Amino acid sequence: MQGGPETEITTDERHSSRVAFDVNDAPREMTLDNRTTLLDALREHLGLIGAKKGCDHGQCGSCTVLLDGRRVKSCLVLAVTLDGRSVITVEGLAGPDELSPLQAAFIAQDAFQCGYCTPGQLCSARGMLDEVDRGWPSAVTDDLGAPPDLTDAEIRERMAGNLCRCAAYPHIVAAVRETAATR
Amino acid sequence: MSAGAVGRAYPRLEGREKVTGTARYAVEYPVDGVTYGWAVPSAVVRGRITRVDPAQALASPGVLAVVHHGNAPRLAPGPEPDLWLLQEPTVHYRGQFIAVVVATSLEAAREGARLVRIDYDAGPHSTVLTDDHPGLYKPDHINPSYPTDTAEGDFDAGYAAAPVRVDVTYRTPAYHNNPMEPHATTAQWHDGRLLVHDSNQGASSVRATLAELFELPRESVRVVTQHVGGGFGSKGYAKAAVVLAALAARHVDRPVRLALTRQQLFGPIGYRTPTIQRVRLAADADGRLTAICHDAISQTSTMREFAEQTAVYTRSMYAAPHRRTTHRLVRLDVPTPFWMRAPGECPGAYALESAMDELAVAVGIDPVELRIRNDTEVDPDQGRPFTSRNLVACLREGAQRFGWADRDPAPRSRRDGHWLVGSGVAGSSYPARARPCSATATARPDGSFLVRINVTDIGTGARTAMWQVAADALGVPPERVAISIGDSDLPTAPVAGGSMGTASWSWAVIRACQALRGKLPEGGSPDRDVSAEADTSDEVGGQPTLPRYAYGAQFAEVRVDATTGEVRLNRMLGVFAAGQVVNPTTARSQLIGGMTMGLSMALHEEGVLDERYGDWVNHDLATYHITGCADVESIEAYWLDERDGELNPAGVKGIGEIGIVGAAAAIANAVHHATGVRIRDLPIRLDKLVGVSELA
Amino acid sequence: MRPFRYHRPADVAEAVAVLGAEPQAAYLAGGTNLVDLMKLGVQRPDVLVDVNRLPLDTVQELPDGGLRIGATVRNSDLAAHPVVRRDYPVLARALLAAASGQLRNLATTGGNLLQRTRCVYFQDTGKACNKRDPGSGCAALHGQNRDLAVLDWSEQCVATHPSDLAVALAALDAVVEVHDTDGARDVPLAALHRSPGTQPERETTLARGALITAVRLPALPAARRSAYLKVRDRASFAFAAGSVAAVLDLDGEVVRDVRLAYGAVAHRPWRAYRAEEELRGRPFSPELAAAAADAELAEARPLRHNGFKLPLTRAITVRVLTELAARAAS
Repeated sequence: MQGGPETEITTDERHSSRVAFDVNDAPREMTLDNRTTLLDALREHLGLIGAKKGCDHGQCGSCTVLLDGRRVKSCLVLAVTLDGRSVITVEGLAGPDELSPLQAAFIAQDAFQCGYCTPGQLCSARGMLDEVDRGWPSAVTDDLGAPPDLTDAEIRERMAGNLCRCAAYPHIVAAVRETAATR
Repeated sequence: MSAGAVGRAYPRLEGREKVTGTARYAVEYPVDGVTYGWAVPSAVVRGRITRVDPAQALASPGVLAVVHHGNAPRLAPGPEPDLWLLQEPTVHYRGQFIAVVVATSLEAAREGARLVRIDYDAGPHSTVLTDDHPGLYKPDHINPSYPTDTAEGDFDAGYAAAPVRVDVTYRTPAYHNNPMEPHATTAQWHDGRLLVHDSNQGASSVRATLAELFELPRESVRVVTQHVGGGFGSKGYAKAAVVLAALAARHVDRPVRLALTRQQLFGPIGYRTPTIQRVRLAADADGRLTAICHDAISQTSTMREFAEQTAVYTRSMYAAPHRRTTHRLVRLDVPTPFWMRAPGECPGAYALESAMDELAVAVGIDPVELRIRNDTEVDPDQGRPFTSRNLVACLREGAQRFGWADRDPAPRSRRDGHWLVGSGVAGSSYPARARPCSATATARPDGSFLVRINVTDIGTGARTAMWQVAADALGVPPERVAISIGDSDLPTAPVAGGSMGTASWSWAVIRACQALRGKLPEGGSPDRDVSAEADTSDEVGGQPTLPRYAYGAQFAEVRVDATTGEVRLNRMLGVFAAGQVVNPTTARSQLIGGMTMGLSMALHEEGVLDERYGDWVNHDLATYHITGCADVESIEAYWLDERDGELNPAGVKGIGEIGIVGAAAAIANAVHHATGVRIRDLPIRLDKLVGVSELA
Repeated sequence: MRPFRYHRPADVAEAVAVLGAEPQAAYLAGGTNLVDLMKLGVQRPDVLVDVNRLPLDTVQELPDGGLRIGATVRNSDLAAHPVVRRDYPVLARALLAAASGQLRNLATTGGNLLQRTRCVYFQDTGKACNKRDPGSGCAALHGQNRDLAVLDWSEQCVATHPSDLAVALAALDAVVEVHDTDGARDVPLAALHRSPGTQPERETTLARGALITAVRLPALPAARRSAYLKVRDRASFAFAAGSVAAVLDLDGEVVRDVRLAYGAVAHRPWRAYRAEEELRGRPFSPELAAAAADAELAEARPLRHNGFKLPLTRAITVRVLTELAARAAS
């Protein structure tokens, strides 16, 4: 069943829509219940289980993916809104059988335990590093006028939207720091 | 064996799957024709369902069934009344699952659950724990089988006669485990056999419970638990999700995925009981304890008695001639409390280690020194020497690493701008136990080995640790060993909990590997698969009863904003003595995780109950705060090289709980040192400090 | 979540027309609040009108030195905008103090202003709430109300407005551009949100179906010296226990002008006019700031669990103004 719609559409035509968007650089087209979130579209219709459902309300970050290159919580995005847009999930962070430097750093630093928040942490970190590259400030940036310096305090603040009950936080910060330093 | 893989740092075996999103959790297996279950919670606290009207739900597109007590498959009444779900119209607490809607999509299931109409006859209820509750009683024993009360000497006389006394009461709220993966199950029935992919901490026990409930032979039930998104005790036994999913799948005769919502995790799957703890300590002028009393009050449900062993920590931690501990319970109209990381020891140590700090202040002795002075080589409870007790070594090493010697003991002695800075210490201990376990080891002609054992890796690194243990027991490099875990068809293993997983599992792995080596040709590989199995029941059961404990010392430095009352942790450092550490990488992560959960307990978490509704109103992760990334500036864990020959073949004590024990006390003690204000009800949040006159 | 139809309008007029024709339709912008509440069953629209692709996503510098912010400009883009960072730091700081990076990438300017309260009773359909279910009662009034209002609440509702952005905009005298079936009009931010009174279900003064299209900031050179201070129960990713937005303009030591607004104290972002009055024209001192806060809070009526908000709001008022004054002096 993987790769195709796994669940049935249970609503009538008025309440469902044909939608086409790219997932991990491959075009996907399907008919979805308008209520279906991006998270559930990935998990239940596209067989992409990397993005996790931890709270389904935008409060934990486990479902983080990149939407047009920006990190978002996929549980709060309705898939029907995504026509023509591009989604990258944890499965698309590196080529087949490869690890991105960030993924490799997560393993090397033991930046996870149960692993459930990890795909969200990785996508969030990926998006966050791009935000830093764009010069975006954070709540702990002293000088709003200067490009941010990615201190540990900056990493902690910028990763605050991803909860980890195993509390791998110090190792997540280390993995992000290490990845940022070698870019 | 010590020169081999055990003790060396290895990355997790499943690391690659976890960082690429290919590790499958309970509701992530592709299943043909799968349907979706959505649990319906009761809207009243206590009462009786008078009518279930499924019509509107069934008329909703995609809804296949509404399963409730009137139509659900029958379960055998078992020893776990909490799991006797959808069998009777009785409601025991608000949020109890009283129906499941099954639909062909998640969206339809959610909406269907909203549309089920249920009428009740509701009765009066009581849901708040108080120290004068008329229902307070003395249970026959406390978890798992400790005596309810203990007494030695004459506490009242000893206390009355002492020159220095502390009499303080601490309160802790309900805590909710909140693993990142909710309790979740995919259930499938094939020819009368039940297959579940389930998120739990022990597939063997879940299989046994399901077999009992559905009146099946154990061989007819298979529980697969490859990856688990945390549990922290809450997945220690079969819980509602797996039972509901199996009931629903049988009812609709199709596979069912059922995950509880985050909101539904606040209660029905268990939680740490709130506690009210009075601690009285008496000492001579040198700080030597003469009398200790710890009176603990906690709650249980009307369904079943769960008597948390809150004061057990105090029985063995520090010595005194006059000692007493008591436990009292109240049966409330609440879900049954359950395990949460170091049940008993965690809240108990918060109280005792806080009181020790208050005693240190009262007697004018450094709190590290006070603990050293009251160390004991003999277990005050059992009267026998500890197999090993390195509390003092942990305190000394921790003090040195932390820079404790520079500390000015006076509260409010350090200021950094608008921050008041202080530091605190606490002891930590947790019993080192083991349970019977079985395993098999197989040698193959190609020189490789396979070890099979139904271990559950809930994020502890169990898979990797057992692989290391097996390699050493086989005397081969770990690359030649494969390990198979997380399936109830594998040899039976006990739960990943109580800090006894590694001890229990490694025991069976080592015995199976030793037995296999006895069957193999000297120095060569067999010409066909050769297997050996081991069951440690006799050996574990025959072990002498001795006081076996892991120890630790927790150090914390906090800063408190003198005007807003905000509390932040600057740094925390723990030193532990927990026997052989199998994998330093995963061990460090687990200890830091425990310490962080202690930080969360000290400063952030609180289940806030509204008596009128009888449930916790802050039942999500936006309103029930757990510690986040920005809260953890520096947490470090270290351990001593400890060898204890009275434990188990691998010499391990377990590290899952010790990291949280004492952590909250160290932080609370640091807050007192920073501010001079003693907050005795957790969490220590700004609302308890802002505007307090001592602060400014 | 009830099944709903989905509509993507071609322009603002069409969006407004659909809302006018569909009594249970709702606008969908970032979705961070609406989708959350739809899952909870708190909001049950039968049509979603997706305004995300309307051309409302730019920030324009105005000839008079002000700024016009399109309604669908994301919180993260607005916080990173160089002019906002330079000329309106209070706004950038308020945005950065809110939610998380992922949410700020979704949440919009207009949607943020229309955020619903985070009162736990409002969010739970099993509990009484006049805002969600008019006439059902206010469970929070005598319930767990630590996070709720101390000012301007009514017997019917003690909710607070959760937005940080709105507090900063209140201090900046922002103007909200609105389209409804009668056309376009301006609403001062101070007049956008309502007190709960006897109709807490009505949170703004906007007519049903009105669409916020932009927010205008007046030129305010003094805002270059502005700040937002938010205090919360954990270091990040939490709603405010207390917050203050402040603009301070000093002439020597004398307060020439000051703008002050509070979050987490009332049903709407709370512009502290009385405190401003106390401060204006007087030589600044921390004591004066404290007295000003006290004047503002004189009519506060704390609930059972939220009395701490008074000393807290006072403390952060003193802190933020003293720091701005120190910056002026240096």
